[in-house]
Amino acid sequence: MSLTQQDVARIAKLARIAVTEQEITAVGQQLNDIFGLIEKMQAVNTDHVEPMAHPQDASLRLRADAVAESNRRDDFMALAPQAEAGLFLVPKVIE
Amino acid sequence: MINATLKALSQQLAAGAVSSEELARHYLDRIDALNPVLNAFITVDRDKTLLDARAADARRAAGNAGPLTGVPLAHKDLFCQQGWKTSCGSRMLDNFVSPYDAHVVEQCKAAGMVTLGRTNMDEFAMGSSNENSWYGPVKNPWDIQAIPGGSSGGSAAAVAARLTPVATATDTGGSIRQPASHCGVTGLKPTYGVVSRYGMVAFASSLDQGGMMAQTAEDCALMLNVMAGFDKRDSTSVERAAEDYARDLTRPLAGLKVGLPREYFAEGLSPEVARVVETAVAALKKQGAAVVDVSLPNTALSIPSYYVIAPAEASSNLSRYDGVRYGHRAAGYTDLIDMYEKTRAEGFGAEVKRRIMVGTYVLSHGYYDAYYIKAQKIRRLIANDFVEAFKSCDVILGPVAPTAAFDLGSMNNDPVEMYLSDIYTLSVNLAGLPGMSVPAGFAANGRPIGLQLIGNYFGEARLLNVAHQFQLATDWHTRAPAL
Repeated sequence: MSLTQQDVARIAKLARIAVTEQEITAVGQQLNDIFGLIEKMQAVNTDHVEPMAHPQDASLRLRADAVAESNRRDDFMALAPQAEAGLFLVPKVIE
Repeated sequence: MINATLKALSQQLAAGAVSSEELARHYLDRIDALNPVLNAFITVDRDKTLLDARAADARRAAGNAGPLTGVPLAHKDLFCQQGWKTSCGSRMLDNFVSPYDAHVVEQCKAAGMVTLGRTNMDEFAMGSSNENSWYGPVKNPWDIQAIPGGSSGGSAAAVAARLTPVATATDTGGSIRQPASHCGVTGLKPTYGVVSRYGMVAFASSLDQGGMMAQTAEDCALMLNVMAGFDKRDSTSVERAAEDYARDLTRPLAGLKVGLPREYFAEGLSPEVARVVETAVAALKKQGAAVVDVSLPNTALSIPSYYVIAPAEASSNLSRYDGVRYGHRAAGYTDLIDMYEKTRAEGFGAEVKRRIMVGTYVLSHGYYDAYYIKAQKIRRLIANDFVEAFKSCDVILGPVAPTAAFDLGSMNNDPVEMYLSDIYTLSVNLAGLPGMSVPAGFAANGRPIGLQLIGNYFGEARLLNVAHQFQLATDWHTRAPAL
C-alpha cells in the first residue's frame, strides 16, 4: 500500500487538519513509513479470533437515570474562545 | 533531606521533625534552582502550594492527619486539577485552566498531599522521548544530552533530580516504565481499570492507565493505596474490594517463579541492557527465586497492533479539540470548517497530527475491518500469550527498552524508528496487565537502565513485593544524579 498526495489530502480533510502544499510530501512519506510497519499485521492468520476491545472484556455498567452534575455553566462558558449570552460563538453555518 | 523517601517524609511529619510548609519550601527552592536546566515542570505556583501545605499542617495539628498528609507530590500535566493549568504538553490546551479535579487528584487531596507543580510530558502523552512537548524537551538529570524518556519524562526527571519525592504519571504504551528506566526511578503502571481515568486527558481509552513514580517500590505501594479505587465516573473502572498494596512487601522470594520471555532477549536488545537484566536475575535467584523459560510469541506484533489501536482511539478522543468550547482557536478563518482545520493545524504538534491522521484512515469507510478489527484480533493473541505464560510463573521479567536513553535530537525525524523502541512495553498495555520499571544498573556512559517486571491481572501487591525485595538486596534505587 502506498498513499498518494490525494489520499493524504483526503485524510487531512477528514481529520480536519490543514496541511499545506509544502508539508504534504513529507507527511505522506511519514504516513507511508508508518503504514509499512502496520502492514505486517496482514500476514497473520486471525481466523476465529474474537477482537479484543478492552482488557477485562467488561460490558458497560448501567446507572440510574438521575441528575448527577451540578450546574456550572458559567465556569465552563468562561473557558470558551468566544462566548456571548451563554452561547458558544462560531462562524455562521446557516445562511 | 533531598534523598528522603515518601515513607521517611511521612515518618518525619508524623514525628513533628518537619512541617509540611518547611518541606514544600525546600522542594520549591530546589525546583527554582534546577528547573531552568531540566524543564521537568510546566507550571509551578508557590502561593498555591504553600496554601496547601499550611492546610496540611493545620489538619495535622487538629489530629486528622493520614499517613501522607503534608507530603509533597507533582502531577503529570494530564490530570485535571481545579485552578491549575492542565496543558497536556500541548499548545491546544496552553490556556486551559481546569474547572474540576481528576479522580486521582481528588484522592491525593483527600489524603492531604501537597501539589508542588505540574510536570512536563510529550504532547497528549504521545512520544517516547519528551521531545514532543509544546514546552520543549525535558533533560535527563543524569546527562542533559540524553532524553528522559516519554511520555511521562517530566515526572521521571523530577523524581530522579529529587525535585519531588513522588509524581503521578500515565502509561498507554510504556509512558511510565520507559522514562522511569531512563531516569533511574521506580515506576508502576497498574492493571487497566485499577486507577480511575476520570479527569485524565484521554489519549487511547482502552490502554490509558494512571500510575506513579517514586524512589522505591515501597513508596509506589503507599501511593497506589491513595490512587486506586472504584470510580463510577470511569466506565472501565473495575469494581473490586479495596486492598492494601503494601501487604506483601516483606514476603520472602523463596519459591517465586520468574518467567523470562525468550522473545525479550532476542535480536535488538543491546548487550549492556542484557547484562544489567542478567545481573538482576542472578540477584533474585540468590534470594530464592526460580527462573522459568516462557514464550510470548506474538511480541513483535504488538508494534503494528498498538500503532493502529492507539491512533484510532486518539483520533476519536482528540476530535473534541475544535476551537469551540475550550482550548486554542486560530485567529483568522473564513468559515466553520476553515476554523476547525486551522485551529487543529496550529494547536497540535507534528506527532499528534500524524497519529490523528493514521487513526482517521484506519477508522475510515472500507478500512475499518482490515486495520482496526485486525489489530484488535492480534491484541487478543498477545493477551492470550500472557495468560499461557502465567500458567508457569508468578511474574515476568525482562528489559524495559532495548537501550539506555538515547541522545536528544537523535531520533525525532524518524517516527518509525522511535516506535520500534517501544517493543518491550506495548504488549503489557494491550493485555491490560500491571508492569513496573525498577532501577537495575547503568550503561557504560552512566545512563540508568531499568528492569521490567510484569504481573498477572490485579497482581500489583506481588509485583511490589518482588521489586521491594530486589531493592533490599541492591542499591541502584538509592543512586541519585550529581546536580
